[in-house]
Amino acid sequence: MATAVMTRLDPSTRAAAHGWSDLTIRNLFIIPTILFLIVFNIFPLIYSLGYSFTDFRASTNAPANFVGLQNYRELLNDDFIWRNFAITAQYVIVSVTGQVLVGFGMAMLLNRDIPLKGLLTTLLLLPMMLSMAVVGLFWKLLYDPSFGIINYALGLGTFEWLSNPNMALYAVALTDIWMWSPFVMLLSLAGLSAVPKHLYEAAAIDRAGPLYTFFRITLPLVAPILMIAIIFRTMEAFKTFDLAYILTSQPTTEVISIRLYKMAFQEWQTGRSCALAYIVLIMVLAITNIYVKYLNKVKER
Amino acid sequence: MAAVRTSSEVALNRVAIVAVLLITLIFLAPIYWIASTAFKPRNLATTIPPTVLFQPEISPFVKLFTKRSQLRTPPTPEEYAAAPWWERLVFDGGEKVVRDGKGNVQPSGYPSRFMNSLIVAITSTILAVGMGTFTAYGFSRFRIKGEADLLFFILSTRMLPPVVVAIPMFLMYRAVGLNDTHWGLIILYTAFNLSFSVWLMKGFIDEIPKEYEEAALVDGYTRMQAFFKVVLPEAATGIAATAVFCFITAWNEYAFALIMTNRRAQTAPPFIPSQVGSGLPDWTVIAAGTVLFLLPVAIFTFLLRNHLLRGMSFGAIRK
Repeated sequence: MATAVMTRLDPSTRAAAHGWSDLTIRNLFIIPTILFLIVFNIFPLIYSLGYSFTDFRASTNAPANFVGLQNYRELLNDDFIWRNFAITAQYVIVSVTGQVLVGFGMAMLLNRDIPLKGLLTTLLLLPMMLSMAVVGLFWKLLYDPSFGIINYALGLGTFEWLSNPNMALYAVALTDIWMWSPFVMLLSLAGLSAVPKHLYEAAAIDRAGPLYTFFRITLPLVAPILMIAIIFRTMEAFKTFDLAYILTSQPTTEVISIRLYKMAFQEWQTGRSCALAYIVLIMVLAITNIYVKYLNKVKER
Repeated sequence: MAAVRTSSEVALNRVAIVAVLLITLIFLAPIYWIASTAFKPRNLATTIPPTVLFQPEISPFVKLFTKRSQLRTPPTPEEYAAAPWWERLVFDGGEKVVRDGKGNVQPSGYPSRFMNSLIVAITSTILAVGMGTFTAYGFSRFRIKGEADLLFFILSTRMLPPVVVAIPMFLMYRAVGLNDTHWGLIILYTAFNLSFSVWLMKGFIDEIPKEYEEAALVDGYTRMQAFFKVVLPEAATGIAATAVFCFITAWNEYAFALIMTNRRAQTAPPFIPSQVGSGLPDWTVIAAGTVLFLLPVAIFTFLLRNHLLRGMSFGAIRK
């Protein structure tokens, strides 16, 4: 952190001469937050980094033995863990693709003269504000094979959604698409409404077809904001826990967060789970880095 | 909006309107279904085919708040007549309200979980928005070495997967006795929301012209007075929007609550799904609990509608 007083005000004015100095105020305003985050986010991570090199089990009183990189080596050679990552990847692809298609499609439809547009948009945004755990719970009622409204509405008879190992992951993704397509819609709408109208008028004068207009004007101009939506949703889908955990207990829906939770709090392999947590953490931070780059890019426009 | 010109565009617009209405209906259907289930008599909640039209009842909400047991023998007419209206609703469902030795009605697990959710969400929101506003002002008005890196660090704490943070926090809390306490959750939610609050508030404060404070400083205010009397009132809308976002996040949070609490400090998100458990769940009661829990968020979403874009993009995109 900077040590020199560098404010945007001229320090020699009468204004800055009384009361606390700007340096004091700046430190007073910023340092508590940084400290708070270090104590409650960074310190725990350092703590768990230490445990990741041990065979510690939080369920026993046995002391932790240093095992070096053994946890990491075993995890990276464990086919089951790779399967959890593969399930997570599949989930991310299905759910984010679905959200982008549905969300962007909805934004295209809404980006015109629609009566009650404000009200409709607000109503559409409701799902993403709700608790994922509670949404998962009531989608269980909707997915029920015998009395669920989904099978009834689609005429699917007693189709199994959640207890079918091949279907369960798609069912979780479908619920996620219901919740988060409106998020992609919201960001896409912001992008679409920022496209200058004269570009479309010029395209119309040039007799450009709708496909040409879409791919050459609309999509390139919306792309940066759409990228923010995609990266953010990818990150969230990668971390997903609540929905899948509540909706099903199929081995085919055991995404990496659920595996981590079970390893840490049901099997009590604390040391090993700390190592897995670190592997996940590095992946998430990599995506976060890309995300922040895009955020700053859009902000500067 | 582009002016509608040709007849084909008019037709296209009509198609879009119909499509938008249809999509909105499909998106709201799950919410309507859970809300309607909360007012159904128990025997109509899980019928085949599903019951759409029914006489709404308030009994699921009475059951939600009271501890009940199965009726072995039906109540005598005197008992039934002496019972208040809400107790009769429970009798009608083949159950009775559990009372203690003094005849006081015993509450179910729901009200205390709801209260825990309120305590944890409100306290953590006040802390996160309070600290976040000061810090955002610091970042907005003073030059800081490595500002971009610090802001990235702050945001990255928000992106950490809850389960990853929860493992060491669980061990640390166990060592200091913060497991299953309100403060344990409040600290976690404050840390989680703090980064969001800094980013969002920085966007709002950046928009307040710094000439306002300079004018106040020239008038003889100290920097602190200028902050409290000039900047804070200008930032009021932003503070309110940030607070609502933080409240909703804390209110909805599940993973930390599941891991860190089990009874005393348990919030509603882990509690409500645990009611499904084994046997035949009473979906009307679960739906009633769900509706009461989702209601505050639905109201807040409506109030926040003009700030949703901004909040969801961490202040990067403004309207």
